[in-house]
Amino acid sequence: MSALSLLLSLAFLALAFLAPGALANLFGLGALAVATFVRLSPQGRTLNLALLTLAFTLGLMRSGNTLGLIGLVGILVALTTLPRIPTWVRALLGLAILLLSVPLAGFANTFVFELGIQIGIYAAMALGLNVVVGMAGLLDLGYAAFFAVGAYTWAIFGSEQAKNFMQGNFPLPGEYMYLFMGIAIVTTALTGLLIGLPALRLRGDYLAIVTLGLGEVVRILANNLDHPVNFTNGPQGITPVQRPPIDWFRELMAAIGVRLDQTTDYQLFFYFLVLVMIGLVVLVNLNLANSRFGRAWVAIREDEIAARSMGIPLLPTKLLAFMTGAAFSGVMGVIFAAQRTFVSPESFTLLASITILGMVILGGMGSIPGAILGAAALTILNLDILKTFSEFVRTSLPQIPSQVDPAKYERLVFGLILVLMMIFRPEGLIPEKRHRAEMEEGA
Amino acid sequence: MLEQILTLLPQVIFDGLILGFVYAMVALGYTMVYGVLELINFAHSEIFMIGAVVGVEVFRYLAPQVENGLLLLLLALVLGGAVAGITAILVERFAYRPLRKRGTTNRLVPLITAIGVSFILQDLVRLIEGLWHNEFFLRMRTVEDLEGSVELFEGAIFAQNKSFILMGVSILMLVGLTYLVNRTKLGVAIRAVAQDLSTASLMGIDPDRIISRTFLIGGSLGGVAGVLFALQYTTITPYVGFLPGLKAFTAAVLGGIGNIPGAMVGGLVLGQLENFFGTYLPILTNGNFGTEYKDVVAFLILILILLLRPQGLLGQVVKEKV
Repeated sequence: MSALSLLLSLAFLALAFLAPGALANLFGLGALAVATFVRLSPQGRTLNLALLTLAFTLGLMRSGNTLGLIGLVGILVALTTLPRIPTWVRALLGLAILLLSVPLAGFANTFVFELGIQIGIYAAMALGLNVVVGMAGLLDLGYAAFFAVGAYTWAIFGSEQAKNFMQGNFPLPGEYMYLFMGIAIVTTALTGLLIGLPALRLRGDYLAIVTLGLGEVVRILANNLDHPVNFTNGPQGITPVQRPPIDWFRELMAAIGVRLDQTTDYQLFFYFLVLVMIGLVVLVNLNLANSRFGRAWVAIREDEIAARSMGIPLLPTKLLAFMTGAAFSGVMGVIFAAQRTFVSPESFTLLASITILGMVILGGMGSIPGAILGAAALTILNLDILKTFSEFVRTSLPQIPSQVDPAKYERLVFGLILVLMMIFRPEGLIPEKRHRAEMEEGA
Repeated sequence: MLEQILTLLPQVIFDGLILGFVYAMVALGYTMVYGVLELINFAHSEIFMIGAVVGVEVFRYLAPQVENGLLLLLLALVLGGAVAGITAILVERFAYRPLRKRGTTNRLVPLITAIGVSFILQDLVRLIEGLWHNEFFLRMRTVEDLEGSVELFEGAIFAQNKSFILMGVSILMLVGLTYLVNRTKLGVAIRAVAQDLSTASLMGIDPDRIISRTFLIGGSLGGVAGVLFALQYTTITPYVGFLPGLKAFTAAVLGGIGNIPGAMVGGLVLGQLENFFGTYLPILTNGNFGTEYKDVVAFLILILILLLRPQGLLGQVVKEKV
């Protein structure tokens, strides 16, 4: 078996070299699946994963087919979840993927950077929602509202917008972005408190619909608070939003021999910034899961009444989960605003909330690697695969009406993912242990 | 300003009544499904939308053939109700029943499924309309017989004839439903399942059948409401169900979820409140806060009700059992 798996990986390496593209990458994803599900010795698995990493990197550099990025994230997930891999291998291979493979592919094709950054932002948010939905079992359908609050927190002060309602020298210089990441934690946590105080007193399904309504309220406010005082500039959105100056980063990169040009410098910077954020978020997540609060959340999720009778204060504990999730989302909102230099209510619809929920569901509620994998899969699906598919339909099937454009049907795809996952695999692709037990309990 | 408010008042109440009847009919679908399954059926807003789209299509294709406007409307109502009801049955059969059979205790699972179904239906309708007409912004065709308007109370109320049709049909449907639930065998069975599913099944009631029928009834009411909505407000898209659906749910909660007369009362009350704020908010704030905020008002009402009187206006307090 191990020989077969190794052979597949080698074949993929050859394919990635000779004929890189979607087909090769699909083959590679198959090879990765084999490599993870087949019983292998630790050395065999290490070799196998290293080969696959090499092949995916090569394919990504040579063709820019972004399925390769799913492959790389898949390897990362395999590295963190599979048993009996030496720790140094996990660390080395993981770092190689994050610090070498993706940037190398990004220099060859800047779209990979863009995707990497978006995946990162969504992964961090999915991890935040994971605290709320996965750990505490509170279904929040208005999660994009916190993302919006975070993004607008920086967009208003990092652009000329703030001049409309206060004195001072706006836009604030880009360095303030770091400060505003901290401020956004406070503003979004407060928003979470404000929304959570009424909403969290309610039973589960009411909570879902109330958060959905409040998510809409935040969007309506963003759309309409351009009068009487212009806070948000309404549907046009705010632009340009300041970015932090990165001269130090260019020098640092030049010192280690990486030459950056006008487009890649900010992309690489934001890519690394997002990586750091995910690292922090994962750390917080892990620590929370094993803390007093994490256990209290799980207890509430499993049986609210039992948890209460054990002396867990329901409302404060739920509020804490809600605010933690909100704060994650808020920080990422600041980065989102700075990275795109543009913020508008368009980005914070119900669809955005459901997309993030879909990431958590796909990966597995409560599962950290799951949330990251889900974020990668859905982001790439949304930003690349559906668009490529549209291109294909437009060019090769011109008789199909123009309204039938696959890129516009992300709701259909996300809806299908949610329903199929709930019917066939409610514990997600990479289930968390306790959740799986819970889902199987009734059967 | 007070004078302006008073002169507008009759019109505001009248328009609110129209909106209220639509909400009431949609709210019934939420409340009945919640009654039997304790599930917030998010997809119900899409059932409503499907009724509206079927109404538009019937008018588009049959208006040249059918001379009589009322007959055309009757056809649209029957077809809209039927398609919506059948869709609701299919949704129950293929999305909710598998979950029930597996018997997960996790409450999030059916809820997430319902959201997914709602998204699927939106884009499915868009896809069908895209393939059919290559557009999904639909306009209800106007039919001579149904147009026209009257002024009541010396011009205080400007009323379209369509509005009276809407109210008439709604009242008929609501009375019919009340009769069905209270006086027929099926109605007794539905109430029995809502009260206690497992005991009902011991009394010779097949719960699956009754649940399916409940979806049919709720769905066709929603579909009929959709057709009337399309007739009244004329512009329809596959995404048009979301807001009325959310508000109808609010109405159901307002009246006490699971409570059938409550849903009717809740719908009518919410219609009034929303129209009231929608009209008067710009006047009271000198145009600083426009009609857009009427949706915000609806959600605030939902939250207030849930906090202050979670059992709703007509509901009873249910103790959670351990």
